[in-house]
Amino acid sequence: MINFLILPILVPLITAVILIFLNKSVIAQRWVSGLSAFVTVILSALLVNKVKNDGIQTLNLSNWDAPFGITLVSDMLSALLVLTTSIVAFACIIYSFKGIGEAREKHHFYAALQFLIVGVNGAFTTGDIFNLFVFFEVMLMSSYALILLGGTNIQLRESIKYILVNVISSGLFVIAVGYLYSVVGTLNMAHIAERISEISGISQPGVISIIGIIFLIVFGLKGAIFPLYFWLPGSYYAPPAPVMAIFGALLTKVGVYSIIRTYSLFFYEDGGYVQQVIMILAILTIIAGIIGALAYWDVKKIIIYNIIVAVGVILFGVSTMNENALTGSIFYLIHDMIIKAALFLLVGLMATISGTNNLKQMGGLIKNYPGFSWTFFLAALALSGIPPLSGFVGKVLIVQGGFSSEYFIGAAIVLASSLFVLISIMKIFINGVWGEPKTYANEKSVPYKQLLIAPVILVILSICYGVGADFVYPYISQAAESLINTNIYIDAVLKE
Amino acid sequence: METIMSILVGVLFTIGTYLILTKSLIRIILGTSIISHGVHLLILTMGGLKSGGPPLLGIGTTTFTDALPQALILTAIVINFATTALFLVLSYRAYQELGTDNTAEMRGDENE
Repeated sequence: MINFLILPILVPLITAVILIFLNKSVIAQRWVSGLSAFVTVILSALLVNKVKNDGIQTLNLSNWDAPFGITLVSDMLSALLVLTTSIVAFACIIYSFKGIGEAREKHHFYAALQFLIVGVNGAFTTGDIFNLFVFFEVMLMSSYALILLGGTNIQLRESIKYILVNVISSGLFVIAVGYLYSVVGTLNMAHIAERISEISGISQPGVISIIGIIFLIVFGLKGAIFPLYFWLPGSYYAPPAPVMAIFGALLTKVGVYSIIRTYSLFFYEDGGYVQQVIMILAILTIIAGIIGALAYWDVKKIIIYNIIVAVGVILFGVSTMNENALTGSIFYLIHDMIIKAALFLLVGLMATISGTNNLKQMGGLIKNYPGFSWTFFLAALALSGIPPLSGFVGKVLIVQGGFSSEYFIGAAIVLASSLFVLISIMKIFINGVWGEPKTYANEKSVPYKQLLIAPVILVILSICYGVGADFVYPYISQAAESLINTNIYIDAVLKE
Repeated sequence: METIMSILVGVLFTIGTYLILTKSLIRIILGTSIISHGVHLLILTMGGLKSGGPPLLGIGTTTFTDALPQALILTAIVINFATTALFLVLSYRAYQELGTDNTAEMRGDENE
């Protein structure tokens, strides 16, 4: 079926509209959103399979030919990211059943969550630069709703900052699109790429590099790279755990995906200037993230700063622009989406059980909660990249690519970052899980077993992803293939 | 004509940036509105300001202005409108709950 690649966008959209009318009945909302999320997972898995067998899928909406209408493009990278998004969303929805509270559920929590999935899946699938902006806004609008829902003081305070930063970065995005349109006269991404290579010749004219830097600023604001990450620690701290998990796993990764997509398509011919900027920023991002992750004694803050480290590692792999490192980056991107969601859910569970975020007031969780503790231990090892688990392959390929392109300092910093990530996450484990058991006030009322289901699913998945790297590798290398040889992408969109 | 428009857009951005860097919340929201006006004018300018008929087929001219930037602006305006509405309601709620519109007083790390 030719319309297949629109289904991961369409199913959540229709579900969200239905959920708006069901807001009184919490049970119905849970069933509808859970089932629909499950269907989305199945559909996106089928989409990955289809892209694997038949190559890049494109869909011209309403029968206008490629550069004139909006084209949806699903190459292996977007199909894999759509699949990961659906899985993460499914896990977060399951966690929300017990973890978010009825008051929020009655005020359109699930509808907003489904709209967020629409935005993220759309941003991964679109082949039109302005349509990407629109899907960004769909995603951001629902994230505003999710970050605000509940209206506690900290949420009000932090969402002001979050919305302000995103309004400005959306303005910059439109400016960048305007500049690009005035230079190349088209909005279809494949067609833009073709036009840019036509006008550039040996080296790109300066204006393309400038537009490249504006895009880097825009997507860097969304994806939290070094000088533009200042909004993230506060904003992600405010909402409850499932929202935090979905933000940490998906929102910054959309920015990273956009950087990967635009840089591999548009801005690769300028003699390495933009690449150098990205590389330096990526290294600084890693360092900034590590400093934050080591500094705090707050479980949520530690994981939040680990997002920033991971964004830096992925971007370093992208900026080296060789095949190994790009494959590694994609490997690491998918691993990071899954494991960050798992860790946020686990940390949320930890904070619910102990009633505090402060590590110094926790201790001895392993005595009463062994299931939670060992899940957390495995997630921590996977995050820092211990060999059989999922973080390993990606990082190895990134480091290998970095060394083979002779970027020794950057690759060494990526290696060292693993150590510091392990220290920061083991700090949670040693102080929170080991030690003298303490009594916590609201221990009894926590539906511990139900809340543990979602993170366990994610951690098992992440272990399978690491152990079965041989099975996943052909998919990932196909994704990297269309980034390195962009003609595949361009020809698929502008066929004949 | 494009030069004058570019200068105007620059002025709008300057004012917007200045307002966003102030402390009062309502000034910040006004600043974002002014910046978005600048953004919309910029798209229109970047699409070219050559003279031609409005993009309506019923009009009997041979040259038309570029229709694409107008569609982009229309989309961007609506999105911006929604965001601004949300932002205004949020600042109203924040004023009710936090009792201040001074962003310097909205600090702190404590979880309340």
